[in-house]
Formats: sequence, structure tokens, C-alpha cells
Amino acid sequence: MPTDYAFNYTAVIVAAGFGFGGIGFTFILSRLLAPKRPSLMQTIAYECGIIPEGQGNTKYNIRYYLFALFFLIFAVEAVFMFPWVVVFLALPSSAFISMMIFLAILIFGLAYAWRKGVLQWR
Amino acid sequence: MDWVTKFLDELWDFIVQSLSDNVPLIVGSVKAIVIAVAVMSVVPGLVWLERRLMGRFQVRLGPNRVGPFGFGQPMADTIKLLFKESIIQSSADKFLFHLAPAVVVFTAIVAFAVIPFGAPFEVFGQSIELWGANVNSGILFVFAISGMGIYGMVIAGLSSNNKYSLMGGLRSSAQMISYELSLGLSALSIIVLTGSLSLMDMVVAQESVPFILIQPLAFLLFFIAGVAETNRAPFDLPEAEQELVAGFHTEYTGMKFAMFFMGEYINMVTMSALVTLLFLGGWNTYGIPIWPILAFAAKVVFLLCVFIWLRSTFPRIRYDRLMTFGWKVLLPLCLLNLLITGTLKVL
Repeated sequence: MPTDYAFNYTAVIVAAGFGFGGIGFTFILSRLLAPKRPSLMQTIAYECGIIPEGQGNTKYNIRYYLFALFFLIFAVEAVFMFPWVVVFLALPSSAFISMMIFLAILIFGLAYAWRKGVLQWR
Repeated sequence: MDWVTKFLDELWDFIVQSLSDNVPLIVGSVKAIVIAVAVMSVVPGLVWLERRLMGRFQVRLGPNRVGPFGFGQPMADTIKLLFKESIIQSSADKFLFHLAPAVVVFTAIVAFAVIPFGAPFEVFGQSIELWGANVNSGILFVFAISGMGIYGMVIAGLSSNNKYSLMGGLRSSAQMISYELSLGLSALSIIVLTGSLSLMDMVVAQESVPFILIQPLAFLLFFIAGVAETNRAPFDLPEAEQELVAGFHTEYTGMKFAMFFMGEYINMVTMSALVTLLFLGGWNTYGIPIWPILAFAAKVVFLLCVFIWLRSTFPRIRYDRLMTFGWKVLLPLCLLNLLITGTLKVL
């Protein structure tokens, strides 16, 4: 019985293919069944029934970028943490201590951002 | 006619031989299809459950006209949506507009394929395992794939060329990346206890006592982050009706609109299954004499009811409070919990 690495992902690939097929089938089915009566009002963006004001892609808050940056920092941290957590009991205690130092630096960074008011959504 | 029977015999032998050589592969594929079909057909039932329960919570009946107890209502709605005209406004990006709902459903189905439902059992001398794929990095895989679902919402928001959609897409991306951190970090403290990323190993490690008793804080953090990840009330800011019409799917109609909901409900089931596997002991029955798979299903259905219960109990929280809560409460608590758990494990 093949239990190798690639075999484990067979079901994932089959499910992915099935999902792909199912989505395509639904799209085609709704295209076949749904009526098509194009009119001018359908081509305009929905804005509670009035004619849209200005551009659809408006300006938005810069804070979204700040939070994206924070996410990046902590996501990279999580990427390091996941393999470390699995093996750290088997490693010498220096592995634990160095990870704690890494975490401490990150927590200090979070505290600094907190103090500076970056985490406050205004 | 002799050569025909000979040819048929050889063909039959060839088919039998190639089938018996690849039994695990075929079983795996069949299971994957069964799981994908099952998870897609769970969605109407869940919609029905939600609408009935919401009705009862709000002291009304809920849908009760189509079929027994209104059970046919979601089916009727699906058929209605199939016959609805698909409207695309002229300034929208056509390709991305069609891609977005597909991404949402696709990632939801693929993420569910690695969830195990029960211990393996024997049928006709063949060991049948109750999971699609036994991926040794199960939880990481689920996080990775369901994280990709954010793309669907962001793409939907950007491609619609509508202010409400844009705001909804941005909000959902910011919310989901904020709470994804807490989700991952609170799961880390469970991985500390099991020392494995495999979902199977986590259930095996909970044979005597479920992790909810050992790690109650991690359970709470994980569940809150999970509710936020699936965009469910009280964290359904991306689709807040009063301010954003319908958020990132404002411009969607017909089946494409239904696909977003399908993705959301499949994600709900995946999240409930994850909570069950990580904290409630998976299919361990703890002495109660029922089938393990029924125990698993009961726990998942209970968590789904909790999801619906939360929706009808809590009002939607404000966006600034949502972000503040994610970054100033959940994330520090997750880090603290992880530090304590790791330190206790080392000592």
C-alpha cells in the first residue's frame, strides 16, 4: 500500500479537481438556465438606486496597509514557530531560549506599536 | 467468434489487474469525491438549520412551507438562484469578477479534504480510513488553504468597481489577516502538547481528556478567531448591511452570489470540525456508548448551533473595536498562552 508523500495528497488533488469541475458545471448551468435581458441600468454600479458618484475604486484608509505590514511581521513569526513547536522538546534548551528571545523582540515591537498608537483604529 | 471472447477475457484481466494494483489510489479518489459531495450537500441543510433556529430565537416560525418542516426551502432557493439573470456592470473586471466566487468555494472544498472524521475500520479486509487525505501537516494545510480564501473576497471587492464592494473587500482582508494570527498562535499551544501537526495525532493525544480542559483559554481564543475568520456575526463587518449594503458581494447575482454563501457555510463546517479535532477530542467518546463518527458529528453540529446562537445573541461590533480587540486583546493573550504552555512543557 503506497503511503508515501505524494499518495497522501491524491485525495486533495481529486477533491480540488472535483471542486473545479463542480464550479465550472454550476457556472455553465446558470449560464444555460438564466435569462439574459441586458438593459442600461444593469451596467451601472449599485449605489442604493442613485447614479453612482465619482469613481468606483475610491480612496481608502492608509491604515489597511499598516495592519498588512503588522500581519506580515507576525505571519513570518508564525512560520518560524510552527516547525519549532513540533521539535523543540527534542532540541537542547538553547533552542527554547533563542525562540523566547525572538518572541520577546516581537512582543517588544508590538508593545512599541501599541504605545505609538498605531494599533488604534481611527 | 473465438478471438472476440479471447480479447474480452484479456481486457477483463487487464482491468481487474490494473484496478487491484491501484486499490488505495481508487479508494482515495472515491473518498475525496464522496467528501466533496457530502460537504456541498451539507450546505442546504445548514442553511435550513440556521434559518429555523434563527426563527425560533426570534420567536417566529422560520421557513415551514416547502417540504416537511420547511426542509425543501434551501433547495427551492438554490433553484431560484440558478434561474436568476447574472448581471455584470460594464466597468467591472469580467475575468476577476467571475474568478472571485470560484476561489472562495474552491479553497473551502480543498481545505475540507484533509479533515479526518473517525478512526479507521475494516470492511471486506480492506482498511477504510475516514478521511480524504492523511496529510502529516494537516492543520498547517487547513490554515494555508483557507487563508487563500481571503483572495476571493479581496478580488470580489476590487473587481466589482463599486465603493461598497471595495470597502467590504478591504475590511474583510484586514479583519481576516488580523484574526488569522490569533487562530494560528492559539493552535500552536495545542501543537506544543501533541508535538505533531497531524490532525490524527491530535485526536489520539486526547484519548483520556479533551484539550478544552487543559487549554480553556486557547479554546476560547481559537473559537473567537474562528468566528471572525468565517466572517460570521458578531464579526460580519465585511458584509454589514446597514453601512455596506452587502460588502464584497454587493454586485453579485444568481449562482455567483450563492457561491459566496456556499463558501462561507463550508468554512463554518471546517472551522467547527477543526475546533472539535483540536479541543473537543474529535471522535473520542469518553465512555459514552455511541459510534465514534456519531460523536464527531454531534460535536460538529453542536458547534454549528453555537455559531448560529452567537449570531442571534450578539450585535455586530464596531470596526475600530474589532481591530482593537484582535490586536490588543487576542494577540497578546495568544502569545502569553503560548509562552506559558511552552515553558511548562519544558520544565
